[in-house]
Parts: sequence; structure tokens; C-alpha cells
Amino acid sequence: MIAGLDPFIWRAFFAAVGLAIIAAPLGCIIVWRRMSYVGETLSQASLLGVALGVVADINLTLAVIMAAIAAAGVLTLLGRQKTVPLDSALGLTHHATLALGIAAISLVKGPGIDLMSYLFGDVFAVTSSDLVWIYVGGAAVMAVTLYLWKPLVRLSLHEDLATAEGINPRVSRAAFDLLLAVLIAVAMKIVGVLLVMAFLVVPAVAARPLSTTPERMAFVAGAIAILGVILGLWLSLSSDVPGGPSIVIALCTIAAISLLAGSARGR
Amino acid sequence: MSALDDARGKALPEDAAACSCGHHHKHPPLQENAQPIDAAALISARGLAMKRGSREALWNIDLDVHRGEIVTLIGPNGAGKTTLVRLLLGIERPTRGRIEKSASTRIGYVPQRFDVDATIPMTVASFLALGANVTKDEIKRALEETGAARTLDQQLSKLSGGETQRVLIARALLRRPDLLILDEPASGVDFTGEADLYDMIGRLRDRHNLGVLLVSHDLHVVMAKSDRVICLNGHVCCSGKPEDVSQHASYVRIFGPQAATALGVYRHHHDHQHGLTGEPKPLVEPATSTPTPGRGI
Repeated sequence: MIAGLDPFIWRAFFAAVGLAIIAAPLGCIIVWRRMSYVGETLSQASLLGVALGVVADINLTLAVIMAAIAAAGVLTLLGRQKTVPLDSALGLTHHATLALGIAAISLVKGPGIDLMSYLFGDVFAVTSSDLVWIYVGGAAVMAVTLYLWKPLVRLSLHEDLATAEGINPRVSRAAFDLLLAVLIAVAMKIVGVLLVMAFLVVPAVAARPLSTTPERMAFVAGAIAILGVILGLWLSLSSDVPGGPSIVIALCTIAAISLLAGSARGR
Repeated sequence: MSALDDARGKALPEDAAACSCGHHHKHPPLQENAQPIDAAALISARGLAMKRGSREALWNIDLDVHRGEIVTLIGPNGAGKTTLVRLLLGIERPTRGRIEKSASTRIGYVPQRFDVDATIPMTVASFLALGANVTKDEIKRALEETGAARTLDQQLSKLSGGETQRVLIARALLRRPDLLILDEPASGVDFTGEADLYDMIGRLRDRHNLGVLLVSHDLHVVMAKSDRVICLNGHVCCSGKPEDVSQHASYVRIFGPQAATALGVYRHHHDHQHGLTGEPKPLVEPATSTPTPGRGI
């Protein structure tokens, strides 16, 4: 019966599972460093990247990565000002990038530009060449993540202590922003810019009550994300709900159960 | 022109009254700046200055810490104590002046606040192993040394203030430091815990022949344990042996007249001891609060 599944379902499955594995450790770091809104801003800047990429006629994945990196640079500068609290500044940039992105995409209106598919993704439209992108790009992201893992955990724990012990916080932070930008570009096709952060953050949140060490939390987050992908794709195929939102609904359900069970155990 | 010359030639704050250190005179260029870097010191700073925006947070700071001595940095809130520590650790760079430490000087750092976010799962054992090349046995030994052996498998975010400090000191020890820098180690620790903590720091200094730089806004306990006290308020107001500093005019102005007697009060606790039935007995040994006589006070 499983062998009888349509190839497009297999492609959707492998794309989403690949993304789940790459996203898990990065999602944990986003949760620890309280960076959810930073991630939101970067992912919504990618819409602007798509529009600019179409206008400039360059590879859209590359354009998205560059837009996300530019947004990360703007956020770094915003973090240095002291007039507005950082969460308000992030609220501003997060909505500004979304509005600008939607406006730019509507203005460009090129062939093959479908706003809805960028906003929510279309996991069942993943092509074989998309799969290659996900696994090649994903392997690179994973390798750098493993290399940076300990410094990033130490910076998340206590930035001054890590710095005094010889870690360069700026280098690690910049590298992390770059990883996030690549991940967003890869994930956009699958879950769309509006739900990318859910894919990163929700499995990490769900994994927290089940974890005693940072590494374990990353593993559990990956396992939960894969479970969410399977349940979400099944939900999507058996109803008429699009793939990306279905996966996020499945992930959030798992997270709710995990958090309730965790607080019941008094952890 | 070297950075040192630069600092020496620098005009001091015009408005001496704005300096809350208590001197009602313009600060002359401090003589200490003429001193060369102390080659025997574990760390040596000359003419450090730090500007935050337009505000001068620190100026004209000279400081040396040698092996085997406990140096305490005291000063009111906003005196720049933590800023100075950050400069010495290399977390921030000074606007002027220079810091020298020999290439072999390893620094162990115990930060002031360590509120571990409960979102990061981390046992004490994995925290101590993180980024350090240490064995499980070494971790256990370090925790035993700081009296926190039973926290080994606990979650970092569940520790009490005192336990957290001991775990942090164990982490610093695992880096085999020559110099231990502790920023307000007693914050979040109750009074008896505080005395124990300073006793332990004294023992570690003796056992490992460490230099220790302590930051504190607390007076009597910490001063009594120190070999040298530096009173900081943007600049070094006075420094020397605890007894001398506690009588110094600028120290008294900053901390109030009762501070001058704080050291005496502390010692008074130890001018007699109690026998098994509680009857007071004269001290046989000179008043000492540490188990190792001849060190500090």
C-alpha cells in the first residue's frame, strides 16, 4: 500500500523530513536565545528577496538568502540603539518586511510568481531538483551547525562567560544568521514564509520537557518534527488542508501535549 | 606616543565636584601612571579609561594582581567595578590604557549574574564538560573542592544561588587558572553562606597558589579576607591593606562613617571563642577566621 503512494507524496515526505532534521538544532538555539521574532523578520524579508530576485533576474534561492542576510544586518544595527525596546523594534521590522514583501511581489507579478505559495508554501509541489537543493543545502547547514554547536550553546547560557573563555560572539552570531538565512530559503518552498519559524520553534518547544541536556533536546526536537511531518501530511491528504499548515497544526498539537504532560510532572 | 603616555597626558574631568569620590579638589595626574607594567604580576593594567557614550565610566586605572594574593575591588553601585572586570577579561576594549598579562596566565571567571534560562536543559555535569577538555573524575573532584558534589546530576536552572556560585567556581577551576576573577560572588547567597564562600576562596588560593580578584560592594566580610583592597569610584580612590583603606578619608566618605568600624566589628566576633558548654574562652591563636593561619587576617 505504501509502495503505491504517488511519487509527489514521497517527494513531499522526503523534503519535509530533510527540513525537519536540519531545523531541529537551529530551532533549539532560537528558543534558547529568544530569537523567534528575529527569525520571523528574516523569513519575511525573503518575500522581498523573491521580488528583487525576479526584477534582477537572479537565482531566487540566492536572492532570498541575500535578503535574509540584509535583514539580519539591519536587526544587528537596531539592537545597538537604545531608544526603543528590542521587542518593539522587532515588532516594527517584522511587519514592515512582511508588508514590503507582499507589496513588492504584487508589483512584480512575473510569470510563476504566486504570492500564496510563497506565504504558505506547497509541499506537494516539491520537484526532484528542489529535493537536491534541500539535501545538499541541508548537509552544508548541518555541518556548520555541528561545528558551531558548542560555542552557540555556551553563548546562549551566558554571553559574558563564553566571551571571557575565548569565544567570539560576533563571529558566532553572524554565522548563525547566515545558517538561518539558508535554512529559510530552503524551507520557504515547503512551509512558506509565514510558517517557517513554526517549523523551527515548535519542535524545540515540544522537546524541552523531555530533555535534560542541550544535545538531547536537539535530537528529540528532530524526532518530534519528523512525527509532525508524517501526521501533517496524512492530515493534508485525508482532508483538503494544504500541506504546510497541516504539518504546523500537527507540530503544535504534539507541543501542547508535551507541555501539558511536562507541567503535570512538575518539571 | 604609547597608549600609556596618552593616558598620562589626558586632561582629567574639569569639574572635580562631579566626581563623587569625595575629594573636593581637582585630580592631579595620578603618580601611579608613571609606574611601568609590573612584570611579576599575573595581570597588570596601566592608565585604563573607558567611555560609555559621553560618560566617563573609568579613568586612570592602574591595577596589578600577583600570584597568591586576594585583591578586592570595592565601590558603590555604578563605580565601574563590573566594567573594569570586563576590560580585564577582554570582553570589552578600553578607550585608553593597556592591559598586560603573561601568555601563560590563565584566567578563571565567575560572573556576577548567572540566571540560567529554564529553556536550556543542562545538567551541572554537562555544563562543566562544555567546551573544556576534562574527564568525569576531574569534574567530580572540582565539585568536591567547591563543596557542590551533590549537584552533579542536577539541572543548572534548579540550583540555589550558593550552589550556582560553587558550580561556577568549579567550572573556573577546571580551566586550571592562575588568576580567578569573581564578580560579586556573594550575590544571591545568605550571610553565613557568604562567610563560607569567602573561606573557600581563601582555601583555593592557598591550595592552588592562585591570584584572586574579587569584586564586592559588601564591606566587612570580604575586606577581612583580602590582602589588598582597591576602592573604586570611576578611578582608584585609595588602595592598600584592608585596615588602612577602612581608615582612609575617601573610603569613609563613600561608604559612610560606620564603614570604617566594619572591620573592627568583624574582628570583634573573633576576640574570644566558646568552649563545649558555651562558656567564653580567650583565644589561644591570634584571631583568624580561616583554617590557615598566617594568610590574610
